[in-house]
Amino acid sequence: MVTFTLNGQERTFDGDPDTPLLWVIRDFEKLTGTKYGCGIAQCGACTVHLDGMPHRSCILPISVVEGSEVITIEGVSGKEAEAIKTAWAGLDVPQCGYCQSGQIMSAVALLQMVPKPTDADIDGAMTGNICRCATYHRIRAAIHNAANSMEG
Amino acid sequence: MNWKLAFTGVAAACLFVGAGMALSPVSVAQDAQADARTLKPAASFQSIASEQERSVALFQEAGKVIQHPRCVNCHPATDRPLQGASMRPHQPPVFRGDGGMGLPGMQCTTCHGAENIPVVGQADTIKSIPGNPAWHLAPIEMAWEGKTLGQICQQIKDPARNGEMTMDELVEHMAHDELVGWGWAPGAGREPVPGTQAEFGELIDAWVKTGAACPTS
Repeated sequence: MVTFTLNGQERTFDGDPDTPLLWVIRDFEKLTGTKYGCGIAQCGACTVHLDGMPHRSCILPISVVEGSEVITIEGVSGKEAEAIKTAWAGLDVPQCGYCQSGQIMSAVALLQMVPKPTDADIDGAMTGNICRCATYHRIRAAIHNAANSMEG
Repeated sequence: MNWKLAFTGVAAACLFVGAGMALSPVSVAQDAQADARTLKPAASFQSIASEQERSVALFQEAGKVIQHPRCVNCHPATDRPLQGASMRPHQPPVFRGDGGMGLPGMQCTTCHGAENIPVVGQADTIKSIPGNPAWHLAPIEMAWEGKTLGQICQQIKDPARNGEMTMDELVEHMAHDELVGWGWAPGAGREPVPGTQAEFGELIDAWVKTGAACPTS
């Protein structure tokens, strides 16, 4: 039995301890905002926050999550999340949208660590989040906009 | 009918000769493969009379580990780690960052956990994601990529380029460090470095005790 916190609520999972966190989130908790892309931590679509840090949930066995706090796109909050949400909507960042929950989770984590990121900071943090629609320019601009909005 | 018999005989002779010719290169190749997977015990170098030559030979044997992709991939010459037996640039593109732990928002721990994680339903070439509690890049002054074994030998003796380790600390590091030890247990789908960490530690220990001589190249 694995006990963890999911978006602020205590949850348990008593299935196979090797089950990836992504499967628990999507199939058992029915939170389908976090996406399956590649299954091998190459694309970033499954990014969640584990104890405040971005992680690829597709390769994270649920056994490792014991006692940890998991935040998904459905539960992410705080000033960085609000700034990113507003900036994303302002620039209409998504095209097909499939990768965007992962992009947003990575972008929020970046702003939590680096409130005023440079282009290089953004490239460094977002390089593991692939977008098949190539919305990269809008993602970068939206992160700058979000950072600027937090300054005021 | 006679012609057919003759052809059959020629064909059989060709097969026989062919098999005989193939045996020696195949067995040599098999020996080489076995040699690449094992380490000779440090004690087996006692037959080399010259201490200096023995020291060099011990380090060359240890070099089978040191120059293996499992080790060099995280001792890159740039800020980007390498990946796989072909030592290609790491995908996704990740970079050194503070302490060799990656950049903010894309640290080693974003993907690499405390253990190797098997993956299922993937291509035959992808069996697991590697992991270790201490997963990180070696500092840039410890870069081994592109260097000869002789250059690496000089480098790891130099406190300015070995993390200010004494030779005793270097032996301890090679013999017991947990992340070094990952090389022998790299997870499904990855070739381990040769021998065992204990054998490797004994080679390094014997190399130090024989004067830590370095290969010329």
